[in-house]
Formats: sequence, structure tokens, C-alpha cells
Amino acid sequence: MKGMTTIVKQTTKLIAGMIFMYGIYVIVHGHLTPGGGFAGGVIMAGSFILLILAYGSDFLKLLKEESGTTMYENLAMIVVLFLAVSGLLLGTHVFFLNWIPKGTVGHLVSAGILPLYNIFVGIEVAASIVTIFLALIIFKEEVSK
Amino acid sequence: MNPLIPLLVVIPLAGAFLIMILGRFIRNFNKILASVVLLLLAIISFYFLFNTGDKISVYKVGGWEAVNSIPIGIYMVVDGFTAIILCIINLIGFLSVFYSISYIAKYTSEDFFYALFCLMIAGMNGVVASGDIFNIFVFLEISSISSYALVAFGVEKQQLEASFKYQVLGGLASFLILFAIGFLYWRTKTLNIADIRTALGSGGDRKFYIMAEIMLLTGFGLKAAIMPFHAWLPDAHSSAPSPISAMLSGVLIKAVGIYVIIRLFFNMFVINEEMAVLITALGTISMVIGVFLAIGQWDIKRLLAYHSISQMGYVVMSVGIGMILMSRGIRHEVATLAVTGGIFHLINHAAFKGLLFLNAGAIEYSTGTRDLKEMGGLAKSMPVTSATSFVASLSISGIPPFNGFFSKLIIIIAAVMAHFYLLAALAGIVSIITLASFLKFQRYAFYNKEPDKEKKEIREVPFPMLFSMIVLSIICLLLSLLVFPGIRETILTPATDILTDPSKYSTYIIGL
Amino acid sequence: MIVYWLCFILFLVGLYGVITRRNLIKIAISLSIMEFSTFLFFALVGYSEGGVAPIVDPADPVKLYVDPLPQALVLTAIVIGLATTALLMAVIIRIYRKYGSLDIREIKNLRG
Repeated sequence: MKGMTTIVKQTTKLIAGMIFMYGIYVIVHGHLTPGGGFAGGVIMAGSFILLILAYGSDFLKLLKEESGTTMYENLAMIVVLFLAVSGLLLGTHVFFLNWIPKGTVGHLVSAGILPLYNIFVGIEVAASIVTIFLALIIFKEEVSK
Repeated sequence: MNPLIPLLVVIPLAGAFLIMILGRFIRNFNKILASVVLLLLAIISFYFLFNTGDKISVYKVGGWEAVNSIPIGIYMVVDGFTAIILCIINLIGFLSVFYSISYIAKYTSEDFFYALFCLMIAGMNGVVASGDIFNIFVFLEISSISSYALVAFGVEKQQLEASFKYQVLGGLASFLILFAIGFLYWRTKTLNIADIRTALGSGGDRKFYIMAEIMLLTGFGLKAAIMPFHAWLPDAHSSAPSPISAMLSGVLIKAVGIYVIIRLFFNMFVINEEMAVLITALGTISMVIGVFLAIGQWDIKRLLAYHSISQMGYVVMSVGIGMILMSRGIRHEVATLAVTGGIFHLINHAAFKGLLFLNAGAIEYSTGTRDLKEMGGLAKSMPVTSATSFVASLSISGIPPFNGFFSKLIIIIAAVMAHFYLLAALAGIVSIITLASFLKFQRYAFYNKEPDKEKKEIREVPFPMLFSMIVLSIICLLLSLLVFPGIRETILTPATDILTDPSKYSTYIIGL
Repeated sequence: MIVYWLCFILFLVGLYGVITRRNLIKIAISLSIMEFSTFLFFALVGYSEGGVAPIVDPADPVKLYVDPLPQALVLTAIVIGLATTALLMAVIIRIYRKYGSLDIREIKNLRG
């Protein structure tokens, strides 16, 4: 598909990076302010989708199948499961336990294992929404009768 | 706190994502890993079956202990009834995966099939092993969404239409269930099944809880295909690939439909008479109308799908008779017998209906058609398939010494002893009509003269498919041993004790 | 009390849409309306008079918080609704390519 006009391309060049940084902010502060993994992941996916729509898939030379984003999604999910099971192997043998020492309330580095969960769930949600977008809208010409 | 309980959910989830990552690098990795994962799960569930007995195992996820004896964490509970359903899910899942090693070779992108299959098994394990109603909803959605995608797997016109109908009705059911969970949370301020029972038992608005009960019965009745809500079942079960039809009809409508209805209505809500009469009436209607709709079918898999509705009607009717007797507070031993018959029929139906769908898949694999008028004389060219199909047809019609006879006998005896003579007579008539319908299936498919048109070379199916069918037919014979007193004490009696004792479940969990 | 009745009426509006509309996309949108009414009902259940948003700030102490559990449940349920809608849309696109129309009266291959 072709891209959009020059005004849209110039504006997107400025904005897309800031949207990405905002998504990372919402994910990492998930234990202090509302948001967390899901909402931050959707915002991060939004910045990628904006770039693809503004510049067109021909210019960005996208591959014919969505193998890259699917790989990110599966790897992030395996790491989340591994973090959950790690409470079972170390410490007091309870599934899903919060075994990293928790700091004081209100600081950025606190609340044990929760920020790690937020980060990997955010990567997974972003990867899966970009996969859905690519599969339904960009690669729709792949199936023949 | 048994550490094996969360592994029931973690192992298939990890297996599904590992298949997606490593399946594109190593050849045949998806089949090997799916078989190993399901074999491991089957061994774990048999360990639970033989070790649980009368005690209830509770696992508190995250280690959150109860505060002032009010549970604040998510609980996972495994007791006698759960152990039986776990064995059904994982054993029939393993045999279906083994069968699909050679069946799915016709389709492309096999990685997705095995990954979605493992996700469906993870969802079903989560539903039966959870003690918290919102957890049941989340795992119910995981397994339902995987089954929507599996029904539409080979993208033909019929499969897409069947999947669309299934998705709209299934989505409607899920949102009704979520609404009912909101209602219950509003009044009782808790999500734990045992804690809701304690809050409901201390009185309250009868009319309010009837609204929540009706919405839950409608939502889970749509998932279990009881009669007014059965419209998605013939299309979805007949258009799906055969191992998926065996899983859907043999396991999914039991694990996320009938199991949750029994668990919620016996162990969470206080039993009252109007709901019991309603459940018995719905079961009887499904039983009778299902078999009358099944006789006139000429497509093998639609015939088997309509028979699924009828046999599920048997289970619901028998459980309803138990509920009516318990609500009146009389004749406790007859209620126990009725509930035992219902659970035994549940186990039997999983075995023989799975075997029948695998046979229909084998016939379709060899001859390429599903219409009964176009086939004939398969008994000479496919001996193993015709022998196992004969065993399954006798089981479903209730001929001794196969397992269907004993469970239907217990249901009819319980109905007669409770003075419901009309229901016992209907159960007997439906059984005879089922026998007629399956004699028609056997005659047209296997023992007729061969059609004179030019036909392909019809040979026996490959070894993995034969192995699954032979193992299931041996299980059909072995399950009839469950009625003997020694074996029944270890397997069936703990399940019915949990269900027919009104407060045993909740007082045990609150006390922990 | 009247807001709970309005949530239920929104649920029935969505149900009416699923039953009577002929276009496949309109059926999918009505299904989404039904699920959004459920989320609204859940969020309203946790409200208590005079409560503030449940964010702990160590600077100023607050006496009454709104119940945070339904908010976490709604977050999970929104993601589940996203997955359901995405799968429904993918099947609708494939149906359009095979059958050639989006009218539900044309899609009647399975009978009996």
C-alpha cells in the first residue's frame, strides 16, 4: 500500500518517538500509577501502527509474513511463565510468589517482581496487536480462491 | 499444598508457546512435543485420581493466607469429582493428539494446530481445577477462543460458517456469565466459591439470587448444548476436523458445561425446588427431542452430534432427579444413586463418543465422503475400524457387557425408586430408538453391498489412528468394571459424597 | 439504583442488535456493545459514597477508597473481549472472500 501525503509524514516523524516513550513510561510506572502492562503495551503498538500507516508498506519493505512479531510475542510469554514458575523453584516453593525484596512505598524500584511482569506483558501485548494489524490489513492479498 | 496442581496449567501453556518458537527450526518438533506434554499430563491426572480419595487438596496461589478466616487469594481446589474429569480431559486429549499425527498431515501450517490444541487443554484444566468463579471465567474464555479457531481450521465454506455461528452464540453465553458474576459480587463482596456459599447460607433475598441462577444456567447451558440452546452444536461438530470433533463433543461440553453447572448448583447455591424441576425438565426435553432429530440424518457426523445432545440430556436429567430429592430432604440414598448414575454416564459418554468420532474420521480419511448413502461394504476393506465401531455402537445403545448398559441401568433404577415412572419410561424408549439409529449407521456404512461406481482403492488407515481407536475400545470394556463395589469406592463414591453433602466443601475450605 | 437499570437496558440493546441485524459487521458491533455494558456494570459495583481513587500516596492519608478489585477484573475482561473481537473479524474477512457477500441471509450452506 502507498503512504500518505508529505504533511502526515513529517508530523509522524516527530510524534512517533514520543508516543513510544510514553508507552514505556506507562509500563514501567505500573505499580505507582494506573496503567501497567496491558495499557502501556497498546500505546507502544499504536506508535508502530502509526508509522506503518503513514509511510506505506512498500517504502518500509515489510516481509511477506509476520514472523518477526510472532517470535517476540512467544518469547515474552515464555519469560512470563518462567518468572511465575521461579517462585516454585527458589524460595518457599509457592507458585507466583513475590520473592524479590520489596522496597519502600512510592519509589520506582520497589514492589518485588511486579515491574518485571509489567515489562514482559507489555512487550507481549504490543507484539500481538501489531501481528493482528499486519495479518488483517497489510497481508490480505495472500489467500487465493 | 501440593506443587503439582499449578503444573496442570503451566505445562500445556509452556508447550504451546515452545511449539510456536521451535517448530520452524526443527522438523516434526510439534508432534513430538504435543504428545510428550499430554502424556505427562495424563500421568499427573492419574496420580490425582488414585491419591485423592476423600480429602480435598487446596492450593493458594501466591501464598496469600486467609485473614480472619476470609479467603483473600485465588484458590485452586482438587477433590474427587475434579480428579475424574481431569483424567477424562487428559487421557482423551492424548489419544486425540496421537490420532492427529497422521490425520492433520493433509492440512498446512500444523504448528498452529498443535499450539491451539495445547492451549485448549490448558484452559479446560484451569476450569476444572479452580475454586474461584472469576478464574473459571478466564480459563473458560481461553479454551473457548481456541476451539473457535480450531473449528475453522481448514478454511472451507462450511467450516467458516459453522465457526461464525459458534462464535456468536458462545460470545453471548460468555457475556451472560460475566454479568451474573457481577451480580453475585455485588451482594456477597467475594469471588471464592466456598465463601459465597457461606454468605448465601445466612439468608437474604430469594428473588435476587434466582436472577443470578437463571443467568448462570442459561450461559453454561449454551456452552453445554442443552435443548433450547443447542443450535450451534450440529454445525460446529460436523464441520470440524475429526480429532477436534472428538475433543469438542467428548470433552469440552462436559468440562466447561456440565461440570460447572453441577459444581455451582450443588456446592455454591442453596438447593431449592424450582431450579431442580427446571433442570430436570430441560434434561428430559434434550434427551427426547435430540434422538428424534438424529434418526433422519444421512451425514455421519451430524448424526453423532445430535446423539451427543440426547446423551447429555440423560446426564442432566439424572442429576436433576438427585437435586429434587435433596431439596425435599427425603430419601438421601436414592439421591446419591441418581447422582452416581449421572457421573458414571458422563465418563462413559466421553469414551464411546470420542471413539465414534475417531471412527467417522477414519472413514472420511479412506473414502473421502461423509454421506451414508454413498458408502457400503467397508467391513471387508477396513476390519479394525469396523470392529471398534461395532463396540462403540453397542456401548452407546446400552447392550451388556459394555459400559453404557450399566450407567443407563443405574439411571433408570434411580428414577423408578424415586417414583418418577414417566422419566424412567422415556429413558427406556430413547435407548431403544438410539439402538435403531446406530443399527442403521452400522448397516449402511459397513455391511451393505458395495456401490457399483468406480471407486478408489480403500485401505486401512495408518498406525497412529489405529492405536487410538483400539485403546479407546479397550477402555470402553474396562469402564464397565467401575460398577463393582471395590473399584467404585475409590473412584466414584468420593465424587458423589462431595456433591450430595450440602456443606462439606465450604466448611473444609473456610477452615484452612 | 437507576444506573444499574441503564446498564441492563444497554445489554438488551446489544442483544436486539445481534438478533435482528442482517449485516455481519453489525452483528459483531452489537456483540461488542453487549460486552461493554457488562464492563460498565462491574465498574459501578465497586463504588462507595465519598470514596477516592485507590492510589496510595504516602504524603496525605485518606480514609475511604473505592473498591479496586472490580477495576482489575474489568482490565482482564477488556483484553479477553479484544481477543474475541479480533478472531470474529478474521473469520468475517474470510467469509466475505469465499461467499462474496456480507448478508447473513446468503450464508446458508449447512441445513438440517
